[in-house]
Amino acid sequence: MLNPISLAFKKAKSEKRPALVTYTVAGDSSKKQSLEILKSISNYADILEVGVPHNTPVADGGQIQTSAYRAIKNGIKMNDIFQIVRDYKKNKNSKPIIFMGYYNMIYQYGKNNFIKNCKKSGVNGLIIVDLPWPENKIFSKHCKKNSINFIQLLSPTTSNKRLKMITKDSHDMIYYISMLSTTGGKLKVSPKKILSNYNEIKKISPKKNCVIGFGITEKTISNFKKTDGLVVGSQICREITRSLNNGQNPVINVSKMVSRLRKKIS
Amino acid sequence: MRLKKGIPVIDQGDKLGFWGGKFGGNFVPETLKKPIEDLEIQFNKLKNDKNFIKERDKYFRNWIGVPTRLIKLNNLTKKVGGAQIWSKVVSDANGGAHKIYNATVHCLLAKRSGKKVIIGDTGAGYAGKMLSMAAKKFGLRCKIFMGAKDIKRQQPNVKAMKKNGADVIPVYSGSQTLVDAVSECMRYWVANCDTTAMCVGSTVGPAIFVRICGWSTSQISRELKVQLLNEFGNIPKKVKLYNCVGGGSSSFGFWNEFMDYDKKQVEFIGVEAGGPAKSKRHAAPLTYGSKIGILHGAAQYVNQNSDGQIEETESISAGLDYPGISPLHCFLKDTKRARYTAASDEEALKAYQIVTKYENLRPSLEPSHAFSVAIKDAKKLSKDTIVIINSCGDAYKDRGILEKKLGKKYVKSN
Ligand SMILES: Cc1ncc(COP(=O)(O)O)c(C=O)c1O
Repeated sequence: MLNPISLAFKKAKSEKRPALVTYTVAGDSSKKQSLEILKSISNYADILEVGVPHNTPVADGGQIQTSAYRAIKNGIKMNDIFQIVRDYKKNKNSKPIIFMGYYNMIYQYGKNNFIKNCKKSGVNGLIIVDLPWPENKIFSKHCKKNSINFIQLLSPTTSNKRLKMITKDSHDMIYYISMLSTTGGKLKVSPKKILSNYNEIKKISPKKNCVIGFGITEKTISNFKKTDGLVVGSQICREITRSLNNGQNPVINVSKMVSRLRKKIS
Repeated sequence: MRLKKGIPVIDQGDKLGFWGGKFGGNFVPETLKKPIEDLEIQFNKLKNDKNFIKERDKYFRNWIGVPTRLIKLNNLTKKVGGAQIWSKVVSDANGGAHKIYNATVHCLLAKRSGKKVIIGDTGAGYAGKMLSMAAKKFGLRCKIFMGAKDIKRQQPNVKAMKKNGADVIPVYSGSQTLVDAVSECMRYWVANCDTTAMCVGSTVGPAIFVRICGWSTSQISRELKVQLLNEFGNIPKKVKLYNCVGGGSSSFGFWNEFMDYDKKQVEFIGVEAGGPAKSKRHAAPLTYGSKIGILHGAAQYVNQNSDGQIEETESISAGLDYPGISPLHCFLKDTKRARYTAASDEEALKAYQIVTKYENLRPSLEPSHAFSVAIKDAKKLSKDTIVIINSCGDAYKDRGILEKKLGKKYVKSN
């Protein structure tokens, strides 16, 4: 049987569109609200990345940092994040969940304990920003054994030789970072160039589901319709910040935004 | 875990960059793998290249000004009444602190790799000031990331950076100090690593930065060894080397050449920042038993909560105000080659007063931490013990803080 992440890609493919992957930070702006957001966007998104907030992120831009600091300030702890996923997974309409975060959070939790709790609470995949290949070899094997998709990252600086080795060690899903940027940067490379790199990856590794992230927004997303999947993060985090600043309900606004994103690639 | 003899400590890491199998490494985003690998290849080649060493030594000699003095503090020795107290006045170096060695080497590397821009972090402002000086010297554009809190408390160095033509970029996230400046600098590098070189201001960060910095500051102990031989005819039987430890670059450089000596002969004492006496916060992960964690690309002892969030630090000295510590020092601690302790804000200030009262030397707040412990220890030590403190920074940058804490008479007008 296919794992839930691969199934989500399969379903999107059958509808002739990329899978829509969202990123929101756990606990932003509160435990309850971040859970509400996950529930409401499940009507439009195919896979949900849940950011594990960390206070010394080396690859996050301003919007995601703001969300993460807000969540940490509101007291979010690792165990709360697992609880959010458990509660979320009680829904009928629940989607695959991918944790995205930094390695120290896992290291302090204890690697085995972390994977065990991922499995128990229903986390389907992990993206660890600062655990690259080959440093992640042992850990990713351990994830696989526990049916958790360890998602390898590729970037424009990844050499072809390295790309082959990484994809060989990857599971069903891989993540292509569109450009040299932290999250939330403006798309500074042409979509054409990004797609050509993407196609290069697909040529080398046709069976893996490859998503593109960084710089994907309502404005840019329709350029990438012919891909396996697309990740939108910073724009959603910014929408939460904007809603809070304007005294509006982030759950409704984010849900509307994700619905618009979905329309643009359908 | 063992320290090997005959191999430079910077080269004792394993294939993945871990010292003692667990400190250091490369916990970096995929995007940085390539630029880091490029830098590793370049550095591994050049550090054994005679022409490169010659070039380095030329700039060290003619531009940085080596050697910095080794002086006996006669009055202080008499006053304390125990061991002989000496100081290596590293603040003699061009720019006023040891940060110039690493900055110069990084600019030489950046030039050779054809980069036009170099970026760096800074806490006390010395790393930034030196990088801005070296960048100017070598015709590179320069951007310095500095916590907004540090910008306020280290104005003289901020002015110097700007005068040298560097962009000083204030960092408002987190505690607005060094830890956030390093994060922001690394983030900038992630987004610009194709055109930009990065200099990390201490022996921290991904393994290659730890190695380059340690290699650069080792100039200090190379000089010291020669100076000791000139002064005593041999390396004395009992030498104790005191150094403040923030990220650990000056201390590592002060000790490196003596690594293979028995610690009974040449002992290393690292002094971390204990923070205000009344506060629970500190910047002393080795002294107060912080757990191993990952910060800025490297595994190290680091102040953090049980969840893995990095904790805010507190210290009167911006240069020591960092929650982590070089993997090299974690390694030296666990192999027991060095010992580590802390001095509080108040103790550092008191040491500053004592030193400036008896000697014509004005250590900045960072080395004042080391002076504090050295003076206390020296009292109990025999007259044939040679206590040497690395005075790695000048108090000029701290004049605002010193004036506030101690009054005007402690601040000379220059
Ligand atoms: C004068 C001085 N001493 C010490 C330090 C601490 O850094 P490190 O431990 O890398 O020498 C700094 C850092 O800014 C400094 O400016």
